[in-house]
Amino acid sequence: MSMADDTTAHVEGAPTFTGTPKAVWPLYEVFVRGKRGLNHVHVGSLHAPDDTMALHNARNLYTRRNEGVSIWVVRGDAITASSPDEKDPFFAPAGDKVYRHPTFYEIPDDVPHL
Amino acid sequence: MTVTEDESRDVSDLEAEFDRTVAAEGRIEPRDWMPEGYRKTLIRQIAQHAHSEIIGMQPEGNWILRAPSLRRKAILLAKVQDEAGHGLYLYSATETLGVDRTELTEKLIDAKQKYSSIFNYPTLTFADIGVIGWLVDGAAIVNQVPLCRSSYGPYARAMVRICKEESFHQRQGFELLRTLMAGTTAQREMVQDAVDRWWWPSLMMFGPADGDSPNTQQSMAWRIKRHTNDELRQRFVDMTVPQADALGVTLPDPELRWNAEREAHDFGGIDWDEFMQVVKGAGPCNAQRLANRRAAHEDGQWVRDAASAYAAKQARKEVAA
Repeated sequence: MSMADDTTAHVEGAPTFTGTPKAVWPLYEVFVRGKRGLNHVHVGSLHAPDDTMALHNARNLYTRRNEGVSIWVVRGDAITASSPDEKDPFFAPAGDKVYRHPTFYEIPDDVPHL
Repeated sequence: MTVTEDESRDVSDLEAEFDRTVAAEGRIEPRDWMPEGYRKTLIRQIAQHAHSEIIGMQPEGNWILRAPSLRRKAILLAKVQDEAGHGLYLYSATETLGVDRTELTEKLIDAKQKYSSIFNYPTLTFADIGVIGWLVDGAAIVNQVPLCRSSYGPYARAMVRICKEESFHQRQGFELLRTLMAGTTAQREMVQDAVDRWWWPSLMMFGPADGDSPNTQQSMAWRIKRHTNDELRQRFVDMTVPQADALGVTLPDPELRWNAEREAHDFGGIDWDEFMQVVKGAGPCNAQRLANRRAAHEDGQWVRDAASAYAAKQARKEVAA
């Protein structure tokens, strides 16, 4: 007889509530573009039942003071990440290529605009 | 046999790397190796902090419907929303340590994790709203600013966001009190009464005296904490005395005076028995705060269920289409 009881009663065409409740909502990572011309930057995470709700929750949580003009939400399980170790061999190929940096090249001081 | 030796050497290598990073003011990030004690300490501290923000909505929420003007009501609503937001930033940081926020909420309502004892005091008049902003949020800022440099990256980043927003909280509180102090005698007395009730609990927010705070040394070595409880408490007192003068209120401590030798204020002893009582659950509002939090969680179940059901229905439609 309460509202809650009514919603659990089966109504033709309405979703059955007994299966889905208490499912843990997926984790979304949130990225905000502070203003036009800047990249989106990771600001934190939240849980939501679907993408649209994740976007709304992100708006409410991370942009209460005009911190952004655009938001991305990405399900955490969709992100592929490198290993956290900074000394990972994954980054080794860049380590010994000093010639990729402008300071590798010696140029006389009196040559302008170089 | 050789396997265990290798493993223990691996762990000590990892630990040495962790120690070097922390000592060099580097940051530890979620997937880095970290000592189990570090992880546990962080989970306990950040969760307790998150719970404090969430429970902290109640004493102020108590006055939203009775705020004396639309302006004050809008400000108070925004502030209480911020507290919810701060709680969520911090739950998000805690989750990077491998716990689930559903589990944290359950631990809070089952009284298995704590929150700041300050929120177990009642807000009796509207002046309390001003004093919470000025003293309670002021104390929180003193506690929190050093945490922006905490060694754990996600915690430090959450604290940067929070500190930016706390500044609004403190200033609106001070402005509210200034307005009351410019009012009638009864209004000024109301402010003084609120200051009398909140001053000592605000000092207790910094936690036990250094000699009785066994975790402080380890937390400082890990650079989770940057200053001892007593250092921060002293900083807060020194900061607040001139503000009280500007406001024209008296801080309720006859022993409070400037000590030229120390270049700091001396102040009276804190009633640690009261502190322990409130921490252990016997404060004026402990039961009510937890009962409200539990009711909000349980009464919101149908909303969460409905959102899940809707998401599932939309997903089925998408598959069918």
